[in-house]
Amino acid sequence: MDIVYAIWLRNIKRYLRSKSRIIGSLGMPLFFLLILGFGLNSVVDIPGMGQDYVGFIIPGIVAMSVLFTSIFSGIQIIWDKQFGFLKETLVAPVSRMEIMLGQTLGGATTAFIQGIIILTLSLFIGASITNLIGFLIAFLFMLLIGLCFTALGIAIASKMEDMHGFQLIMNFVIFPIFGLSGAIFPIDSLPSWLKTVTLLDPLTYGVEGIRYGLLGTSHISPLVSGSVLGSITLVMIILGAYLFRKTKV
Amino acid sequence: MPAIEVENLTKEFNGLTAVDNISFTIEKGEIFGLLGPNGAGKTTTISMLSTMLDLTSGKASVNGFDITNNKDEVRKSIGIVFQDQSLDEELTAYENMDFHGRLYRIPKEIRQKKIRELLQLVGLEDRKDDLVKTFSGGMRRRLEIARGLLHEPKILFLDEPTLGLDPQTRNHLWQYIKKLNEEKNITIILTTHYMEEADKLCNTMAIIDKGKIIALNTPGRLKEEIGGDIITIESPNTDKLAVYLKQLPWIKSTQKHNNHLTINLQNAEKHVADIVRLSEKNKIDILSISIHKPTLEDVFLHVTGKTIREEEASTKDNMRLRRRMWRR
Repeated sequence: MDIVYAIWLRNIKRYLRSKSRIIGSLGMPLFFLLILGFGLNSVVDIPGMGQDYVGFIIPGIVAMSVLFTSIFSGIQIIWDKQFGFLKETLVAPVSRMEIMLGQTLGGATTAFIQGIIILTLSLFIGASITNLIGFLIAFLFMLLIGLCFTALGIAIASKMEDMHGFQLIMNFVIFPIFGLSGAIFPIDSLPSWLKTVTLLDPLTYGVEGIRYGLLGTSHISPLVSGSVLGSITLVMIILGAYLFRKTKV
Repeated sequence: MPAIEVENLTKEFNGLTAVDNISFTIEKGEIFGLLGPNGAGKTTTISMLSTMLDLTSGKASVNGFDITNNKDEVRKSIGIVFQDQSLDEELTAYENMDFHGRLYRIPKEIRQKKIRELLQLVGLEDRKDDLVKTFSGGMRRRLEIARGLLHEPKILFLDEPTLGLDPQTRNHLWQYIKKLNEEKNITIILTTHYMEEADKLCNTMAIIDKGKIIALNTPGRLKEEIGGDIITIESPNTDKLAVYLKQLPWIKSTQKHNNHLTINLQNAEKHVADIVRLSEKNKIDILSISIHKPTLEDVFLHVTGKTIREEEASTKDNMRLRRRMWRR
């Protein structure tokens, strides 16, 4: 546990020190929130949610900021590889599993903080605190999204040599996961083939879980969301640990 | 029990033999140098001994522990300074040390005390709370050495410790390394392609070329093996000169190398005049002439037939190819 803590601590220190990264990664979610939210608010009516569109996408945008930050945190080990720091960790008498877990928890924590910041900012544009339990449920789902996608980021990074493939990851992994998740549209009104695709996207369950926590309603029951996302997270951590174990510097 | 024992160690990368059946023993308290051009297999050897790379065949033990079957014990026994920097630039010097201490499970009080001591040893205690990205190359190297010592390793690996540093910083580092070895009795294995570094620091050295160890002894002995003095003559017609010189009884050996002729003999001072007279008589121009005691440079030339710089030029293409293969 000491080792996991040491690696977690390093991640947090680096995160808190890079103000530009914190502010920079708030940009995209805030744009989505403001442009989509206010741009479509008057023309879109979500049936059966008792919410206007801004209220509807806030959980989705929170999930988005957690998703982006966590995948980036995972992929960051490529930098460690390139700048040589990973060697220092790998030559120490510690297991790869401990390193991987520390990295995952560190990434998930920073992603969680990033999500909290978006959530706090959205309180100013319409979200309201309804009940405390709901918030805790939302937090739990944010943490799960963070863990799941940091682990995915590590899995991807273990297979990459340098940052050249980054555009590929951005366009073919991160955006599809976000776009297909029902973060910005209700999955119930989709054609059935597309709905099937959204149900294969792990983030859908995260968004639904956060939405249940914040709004009190969701298309998928929070218990289903929780158990599906929880299982996928576990699989991702195992996959990440497996691939990271084989990574060479 | 020796500090390091290597037996027939071999490493192949996709059919390319980077380290070819090498064997050597390093006694406790020694400073052992692996001298060779870039791409000779020094770093690959260090990587295997530090458990970062699996070996293809042969065996080796570090501090008595087998490098294949007992990786964790080997890792606990060694400190390592990699050829490429391995610090976290976004952390301070102290935080880099602290992270290392935690990784090696050093209890808090000891950790704090040792970090202070070591930063003092390498002269960085004033800068301990500065981010590493503000450090110069020499400071970073010193910090890496301090970090490598934090968990009190029995053996310290230094892979090209002074590469890319200016001569003054290099001299300072040599002093640190010597001090460490003497005061803390740490066994040190270092790789270098600087002759002077190997000569100044090492008790024993191995000359490694194309993955093979081609000479192994103390720097003094290696030079003695050549024996006598060295006369180097620069001339446009070294071939002809060599033919005449070979007939003289007091010439031990000659070696042509571009337009330089290296002559090995006893009492060079007495014979230099004869050599000049001989070339005068045969109308061979001499552009320059120098007499010196054998250096490691001469040893290298003697055992490989090339200077270390030429060896590097010829292995460079090879290296580039290999690097590309690793990337894949």
